[in-house]
Amino acid sequence: MRLIVAGLAALAITTTALASGNPAAERQALMKNVGAATKAGAAMAKGEVDFDAVTAQLVLRTMNNAGLAFGYMFPEGSETGEKTEAKPEIWSDRVGFDKLVNKFVADTSATVTDLDSFKAAFGAATENCGTCHKAYRVKTN
Amino acid sequence: MKRMILALLVLVAIGAGLFWILTEPGRLSEAELSAMPAGDPVAGEIVFWAGGCTSCHAAPKSSGDDKKILAGGLEFKTDFGVFRAPNISSDKKQGIGDWDQAAFANAMLYGTTPGGSHYYPAFPYTSYIRMSHQDLSNLWAYMQTLPASSNVVEAHDVGFPFNIRRGLGLWKLLYLSDEPILDVPADNDQLVRGRYLVEGLSHCGECHTPRNAIGGPDKSRWLAGGRAPEGNEKIPNIAPHGSFAEWSESDIVEVLTSGFTPEYDSVGSSMADVVTNTSKLPKSDREAIAAYLKAVKPPVQ
Repeated sequence: MRLIVAGLAALAITTTALASGNPAAERQALMKNVGAATKAGAAMAKGEVDFDAVTAQLVLRTMNNAGLAFGYMFPEGSETGEKTEAKPEIWSDRVGFDKLVNKFVADTSATVTDLDSFKAAFGAATENCGTCHKAYRVKTN
Repeated sequence: MKRMILALLVLVAIGAGLFWILTEPGRLSEAELSAMPAGDPVAGEIVFWAGGCTSCHAAPKSSGDDKKILAGGLEFKTDFGVFRAPNISSDKKQGIGDWDQAAFANAMLYGTTPGGSHYYPAFPYTSYIRMSHQDLSNLWAYMQTLPASSNVVEAHDVGFPFNIRRGLGLWKLLYLSDEPILDVPADNDQLVRGRYLVEGLSHCGECHTPRNAIGGPDKSRWLAGGRAPEGNEKIPNIAPHGSFAEWSESDIVEVLTSGFTPEYDSVGSSMADVVTNTSKLPKSDREAIAAYLKAVKPPVQ
């Protein structure tokens, strides 16, 4: 019995953690992760730190993971709140938004073998940041 | 009674005459025009990117090489009405392909149309007035090499009293000046170049400096940010005491190169367009902008 209660409690916690009901906050956290990954990747691409294949792949995987989630992170009803910088165009031009998200997912799917292949993949992946932010992000607070 | 009416009419005539004189659109003198240096289209490409022409004048949502087709059509919904970026491609009918260099210079430096009317200051001639004649000439030479577009752009939709263009002459008396805003040492080439770009050619202050009720820049709060003239976008304070006080000069250079902040956030909205332009400049120009931004004084309280 105790075990079941503990199990249910654990499940409740997990459920809360997985769906806080606050997509705006979740996507901001996700974007921060992408930023951290990009920072690590940029240091490597610029030669500020030594190339490391495991880290390099992790950088791209983190971006890719976020890209896969973005499709679910902008539901109807999350247009405001949390000082969101999401532009209304995300909802009024969903086809255009999804197209850019899919491109980001594709561009972050590469497998890295050496510094050159990482630089190429990382360059292509990070091109998406500005393109998507230009069309679908605006600071209003 | 007759005398009073006559006196009133004379007063009105004097007032109208004065208004007409004060609102006369500015133009370059014959001497200045004949001294205009020959243009180099290759050098003009850098001026083109530094001047950000394509951010407003390319067709909305264009990218890549299409950015060089200055077909116009982008709308700016402001408190004064809707402005539409005109077609300034080399098309002789819809664009400015039938202009000469003098017409181009008067438009860029004084906001004066070939027909002798005023452009609205949505066109940043209040900054371009600080451009060198060499850059102006190079830019004109370059723009003539760009593709023509027959795109027809609708007229602006501006309400009274701003629809009376002649009145813009009074606005220009207040706000159109080639005086530098920040004092920098004349022998510091980097700061002089940075000032030329920020205050003039790259017209950073047009968005980053707050405006008053009639759209005039508040130069006492130079580059201190505020509401965008259009929509509800918040423009950040880029002076050293502002949002980016912690940033180093190389952080500023990086954001103007790749769009990435020190924490690898990536700038959005209209600034993403700016980065597309500044990334094409020589690194020394981005460094000059950074040096200038660090030299800006805090606002007068």
